[in-house]
Amino acid sequence: MQKTLKRYFLVFTLPTLVAFALAFIIPFIMGVYMSFCEFTTVDNAKFVGVSNYVKAFVGSNSFVSALGFTVKFVIVAILSINILAFALALVLTKKIRGTNIFRTIFFMPNLIGGIVLGYTWQQMLNAILLKYQTTLVSNSTYGYWGLVLLMNWQMIGYMMIIYIAGLQNVPTDLIEAAKIDGATSWQTLINVTIPMVMPSITICTFLTLSNSFKLYDQNLALTAGAPMHRTEMMALNIVNTFYGKTGFQGVGQAKAVIFFIIVAAIGAIQLVFTRNKEVDQ
Amino acid sequence: MAKGSNTQIKEKQTVGQNIAFVILCLLVVAFLYPIIFILINSFKGKFYISKNPFALPNSETFAGVTNYVTGLTKNGFLSAIFWSFFITIISVALILLFTSMTAYYITRVKSKLASGLYYLFTFSMVVPFQMVMFTMTSLADKLHLNTPIGMCFLYLGFGAGLAVFMFSGFVKSIPLEIEEASFMDGCNPLQNYFQVVFPILKPTTITVAILQAMWVWNDYLLPYLVIGLSTKYKTIPVVVQLLVGSNGNKDMGAMMAMLVLAIIPIVIFYLACQKYIIEGVVAGAVKG
Repeated sequence: MQKTLKRYFLVFTLPTLVAFALAFIIPFIMGVYMSFCEFTTVDNAKFVGVSNYVKAFVGSNSFVSALGFTVKFVIVAILSINILAFALALVLTKKIRGTNIFRTIFFMPNLIGGIVLGYTWQQMLNAILLKYQTTLVSNSTYGYWGLVLLMNWQMIGYMMIIYIAGLQNVPTDLIEAAKIDGATSWQTLINVTIPMVMPSITICTFLTLSNSFKLYDQNLALTAGAPMHRTEMMALNIVNTFYGKTGFQGVGQAKAVIFFIIVAAIGAIQLVFTRNKEVDQ
Repeated sequence: MAKGSNTQIKEKQTVGQNIAFVILCLLVVAFLYPIIFILINSFKGKFYISKNPFALPNSETFAGVTNYVTGLTKNGFLSAIFWSFFITIISVALILLFTSMTAYYITRVKSKLASGLYYLFTFSMVVPFQMVMFTMTSLADKLHLNTPIGMCFLYLGFGAGLAVFMFSGFVKSIPLEIEEASFMDGCNPLQNYFQVVFPILKPTTITVAILQAMWVWNDYLLPYLVIGLSTKYKTIPVVVQLLVGSNGNKDMGAMMAMLVLAIIPIVIFYLACQKYIIEGVVAGAVKG
């Protein structure tokens, strides 16, 4: 069977491989090379060494403030989303009327695309801020908290569903045993439930981490980085570097490579974490 | 014993449960409010929206479906709805057909090439779009892929990572005996694949279809960069960004109506196959 199948290599793989090569492999290799070049189109690339990487960190429109803003955003987003989603999951596994309807509604924002979502929130937040004679883009603090709110709104339901699945796998006799031993509900939560759902917590933490870190659409729609690039996250900063000023494409590509390395590192750490958990069980 | 206590709980809701129920209801209002907000304002005359955005429309401010008519006709939104559907449906169909075949091949055939390809597909999942954005767009331009069909082909390439990864996981769990029987009966690999393997893959096919459909439907940067703003092939996110995001004289009413129209297909899709969507999204999260 293997031998017959082997002869069908092109029949089974050709369309995917051609598309994959054109959309990903070739652009990726070109991208790595061109991060060391100065260029305005792919045809006039001139090798310049690491100068793009230096420019990515110093000078105007550098990466540094976007990186700072992103990290500040990611930390608050991870904590708020996971705490709220976990709390909701706890409540919704407690046999309350209408649990399924609640789950359905809380999950829904997750499906709406970032651009549409961003503008919906922009309209609403600006209407609120208008009462105080200000707008979302007049102060970077508003943009920051607007983005945190929006991300919570979008991701809480998603994480909640994963936590619910985790909580339903906690054996009830463990909880009963803790109760018989006289543990309060808080003690049961801290000492029994949370250790048992650690795998879900790991998944949700990394999911919120990588989703918030790579955020682009919502950032573009809500503030587009205003005022003065101060609410600009990494992905938006990269796109603006590419298409904002001519002659900076090489710097944009170098930033993209750094961005890729950070994202890949997060993925690698996640892999290590989940592997370790599997051994424990 | 356990059953008895369960029915007791169902019969009598405790005070705590009632409080939780009320809090959850309030949260539902908070969750739905942004959507209610644009819905309310989409029925107001465009000059009344900024005056009192939180009021319900009254006889003076109510504008009927004028905003919807403007939104649909003036801004090319109608054609954007068509192209969004076109690109999403064709892309997902291509992804399901071709990546499942690829995944089947590289899982069943044990060779260095096959496992190398598997790692390459998995690797592509962690690469952010910005990394290949510029070079891919140039390449697509040169090869004249800047058409709706070309876009579908690019989506096949970008979607391949996750799709191959998920299909491979499932193919591994299919016992070889089933296929050996069909080979004995004289099926060639293609017949065997479409008659025996592909039907078994159905649960994963649904999951992959949902994940990819949501991604393609909502995607903004790829169609924006490849097709651009000037052509007639704009998708919904591109039109929304172009019209709502542009500065200057905005028709607030039409804007609200377009946001509502952009959300409606997703809500219908979600309510129609809610169970599959939640399962699919969670499966995608846990695996990816």
